Amino acid sequence: MAIRQAVSVALAVSTYGVSFGALGVASGLDIWQTCVLSLLMFSGGSQFALIGVLASGGVAAGPAAITGAILLGTRNAIYAMRMGPIIGPGLWKRTAAGHLTIDESTAVSTAQHTLRGQRRGFWWTGVLIFVGWNLTTLIGAFIGDALGDVSRYGLDAAAAAAFLGLLWPRLKQLQPVVVAVAAAVVAAVLTPVLPAGLPVLVAALVAVVVGLTNWLGAREKHSLAEEVSADTSAVQEEHS
Amino acid sequence: MTLWSIIIIASVGCLALKLSGYLVPPSFMEKPRPSRVANLLTVALLAALVATQTLASGEEIVLDARVPAIGLAAVLFALRVPFVIVIVAAAATAALLRAFVGG
Repeated sequence: MAIRQAVSVALAVSTYGVSFGALGVASGLDIWQTCVLSLLMFSGGSQFALIGVLASGGVAAGPAAITGAILLGTRNAIYAMRMGPIIGPGLWKRTAAGHLTIDESTAVSTAQHTLRGQRRGFWWTGVLIFVGWNLTTLIGAFIGDALGDVSRYGLDAAAAAAFLGLLWPRLKQLQPVVVAVAAAVVAAVLTPVLPAGLPVLVAALVAVVVGLTNWLGAREKHSLAEEVSADTSAVQEEHS
Repeated sequence: MTLWSIIIIASVGCLALKLSGYLVPPSFMEKPRPSRVANLLTVALLAALVATQTLASGEEIVLDARVPAIGLAAVLFALRVPFVIVIVAAAATAALLRAFVGG
């Protein structure tokens, strides 16, 4: 059960890697820089954010690109807290698990009903996506490199669509929809005023304010476990 | 700051965040607030990136071929069309509009 879900989720997610590889090269990175991102960063949202900001602001937008990528990675820290008790003790095991802690491995794991199933779900999904994502990134990077300037004509629209695709499964309740619309408006309004990359970071404050006050929120959840499963079930549903 | 240093710093930062989650005591998990902020942070950042990637040209707001392209992408995502096909459709829409209509 866990393994079958892991395989189907991994196949779906790995295809995104082609888009990332092609967009990475088209945004100014070379093939190896694009591949190092998939190997080391290994978190789709953060990777797309980094190349998106670099594509519009260049190396000068480096600090904003780094901050955006890291802020998008904060949810992985929350997933890691959830996975800690499931993974169990052991420095090397926890380090390896840390690298593989992403939306999908957490989603498949938390959907299982036994501890054994949760462990298998996590490791199978994490390892399969790691292999698939890096292979398809390499393929996509070569495609982007071969297309050369041709790939630039629709690149900006493709990057915008990629962000929309990552956002889409998260818009199932009123609170995230309101946050998304408000953040988009804030970022657009601030674009003529602030240097490239910064409007996106200021827009993130919308999430902090709404999140701390729980404005428009559903009933107070009892534990993080419920929060994570609510959040990740959307991701999993999207891939199943 | 070079491209390589940006890539390494951002990657190490993201990895450190994942690892830090395994160091936090389980009692922190009982609080819903941190996870709610983290989830909404993801939503806000992605939405802001959609907006700037669709509308910004340097430090200006420009309505061009990207707007119909992202509109098409939204329709396709709503119809549950696979990710890669939507990306290619959006890129092709923008590219064709630029080739034949300009802008």
